[in-house]
Amino acid sequence: MNLFDIIMPYIIAGLSVGGQYALIAIGYTMVYGILRLINFAHGDVFMISGLVMIYVAAEVPLYISIPIVIAIIMVIGFTIERVAYKPLRNAPRMSVMISAIGVSYLLQNLALYLTGGLARRYPTIPWISDSIVFIGITTRRVTVITPFLVVAMVVVLVWLINHTKTGIAMRAVAKDFETSQLMGIKINSVISSTFAIGTFLAVAGSFLFFSNFPSVFPAAGAMPGLKAFVAAVFGGIGSIPGAVLGGLLIGVFESLIKGADIILGPAGFGIIRTPMELATFSDAFTFVLLVIVLIFKPTGLFGDKPTEKV
Amino acid sequence: MNKNNSSKITAAVLLILLFGLVIFLEQVIRPTDEWAMLLSCLRMGSVYALVAVSMNLLNGFTGLFSLGQAGFMLIGAYTYAIFSIPLDLKDSVYTFYDYSVKISFPEVLGNVFGGFGMITGVLVSIILAGIITAMAAFLIGLPVLRLRSDYLAIATLGFAEIIRAVFLWGRLGPVTNGSNPLRRFTRTSDFTMDVGNTTLTLGTTTIMIIAAACIFVIILLVNSSYGRVFKAIREDEIAAEAMGINLYKHKQLSFCISSFFTGVGGALLAIFMGTVMASNFMAAMTYEFLLIIVLGGIGSISGSVVGAMLFVFASQWWLRWLDSGIITLFGTRYILPNTIFRSGFRLVVFSVIIMCVVLFFRRGLMGDKELPYYWNKLKSRIMARKPKAGESNG
Repeated sequence: MNLFDIIMPYIIAGLSVGGQYALIAIGYTMVYGILRLINFAHGDVFMISGLVMIYVAAEVPLYISIPIVIAIIMVIGFTIERVAYKPLRNAPRMSVMISAIGVSYLLQNLALYLTGGLARRYPTIPWISDSIVFIGITTRRVTVITPFLVVAMVVVLVWLINHTKTGIAMRAVAKDFETSQLMGIKINSVISSTFAIGTFLAVAGSFLFFSNFPSVFPAAGAMPGLKAFVAAVFGGIGSIPGAVLGGLLIGVFESLIKGADIILGPAGFGIIRTPMELATFSDAFTFVLLVIVLIFKPTGLFGDKPTEKV
Repeated sequence: MNKNNSSKITAAVLLILLFGLVIFLEQVIRPTDEWAMLLSCLRMGSVYALVAVSMNLLNGFTGLFSLGQAGFMLIGAYTYAIFSIPLDLKDSVYTFYDYSVKISFPEVLGNVFGGFGMITGVLVSIILAGIITAMAAFLIGLPVLRLRSDYLAIATLGFAEIIRAVFLWGRLGPVTNGSNPLRRFTRTSDFTMDVGNTTLTLGTTTIMIIAAACIFVIILLVNSSYGRVFKAIREDEIAAEAMGINLYKHKQLSFCISSFFTGVGGALLAIFMGTVMASNFMAAMTYEFLLIIVLGGIGSISGSVVGAMLFVFASQWWLRWLDSGIITLFGTRYILPNTIFRSGFRLVVFSVIIMCVVLFFRRGLMGDKELPYYWNKLKSRIMARKPKAGESNG
């Protein structure tokens, strides 16, 4: 067995989970770009969309339930913005962030109440959950198509942002909140559409993510949410291609560390003799990466340099 | 000056009366009573109050938005537990590893000096927990404290996750017991004292006294010149720097001191819970403390204490009927439909209340003022009303 065969499954799995992080990360990066708010509730919206899918799919056939779930979650995303963030538009940034944490706490407790704290099984979405053999590796179809799907969605999104009126308004608001307001841009509708797009991508991410890890529990959104935020910071907050690149990188690193004992062990490179149980650090490494990026390039890979005004 | 002294004496007398009452209650209430919940809430409330106050020192007084509390509590709780499990019980705790820390302070000192030595040993373990946490905070602060507001928040949150992973790492099993819980160390029910032929139980009192002492030290710190420097940094970093304040040094100082007390809080949490497990110290725990200080008012120490007590009493005790659906009002028992009133409903209602506070009472219960301010305001309002009443009579 050569090294390629050992590493490749981890890289493919990593690209897939990284693509799912990237979809969540776009929601973070767009909201941060406009409101300068770390939307801590975004990961929980992702979890809630998993839950809603379970409940809706139990009642109606799958091809109807997918659009229903997308509609429900986009309404939830819109409501959260209107109720929890809009009243605090002129408040200090910390208040808004605390409000986001409050929403996250509420959504998790709501999920705990609805599920009774038990992990629920995610319904199998037929075509994408099938087992396939891809360059000699047996995996689910979702693993292989996720990176392509993400790239396709991002190309469409970037085109929308560059060429539609709403997209131009979004970029203007991200550049300067007050001036764009003076120029006649309706801030609230721009922000609402930002939230709608971010939420839509989170729902898409949840379809892919929970097809791979098919159990939904109240804290299921916390870790993917944090990682997606790290991905957004890594790529430079406010930059959509940066968020995608960050998401993919974090996914690949995480997956490689999960398999580090095997890759570095006697079967792979043969660097370590006994297992080091490095898989424990697969989540933590994301944050090591975050701290390294923040220290050496605080604005991320593609971020703008902020100017400090006195 | 005179007036100041008299109010200090009043506060001290009130505190002593409070502790006397707690000691009395602790002897009267049996663990099976309905009122045992009161003691349990007091214990948990004082631990939460200590952690909330130390978080407030950082977030409210120095203006550093840090979200690493769960990680620091984890270090404190583990340090305390590791150094407090009696040697002959260690084999039954470290079932998968050969334990490497071969000392237990409460046991060593307890064997020499009896019950008093045991408490001293516990204190030694607690202080060690604080010191190790502060040292970890110093190392984390070296890179992290140079970051700006929300980047600092996310970096400290990240470090809390890293700390959790380190403590769960199997390779450190001989020290931390890996992913298995630590238990059988000195905990609340072990704090007893034999006086004559009766046994006093002092668990709640001990936890409350330690927490109160730590909070008192933080109050002294906030009112000292260091406290004024912290507030200056909070108000305007650039102006503070222009006044000759070494920003980094004071941020690091505040970070380490706050972490010391968070570590002590973690140790007290271990005493209160009886078992310690790294997987319980999630980011959600930090969010709870953040919501507490928002509830009490950012920048108010007494606000944090009141907020913590309200948080614990409401979420653990007063709102319990929402979960069980059984409520007793004026002696009549009502049974509410269990389709709505079932497990978890209490937390939903509670988080809605918290959201209302965050949205509509942004300054919290106390704003940035302390209890004596409200006391004096109340007093002067009563004083102002009296002569008026006299006038209308005459």
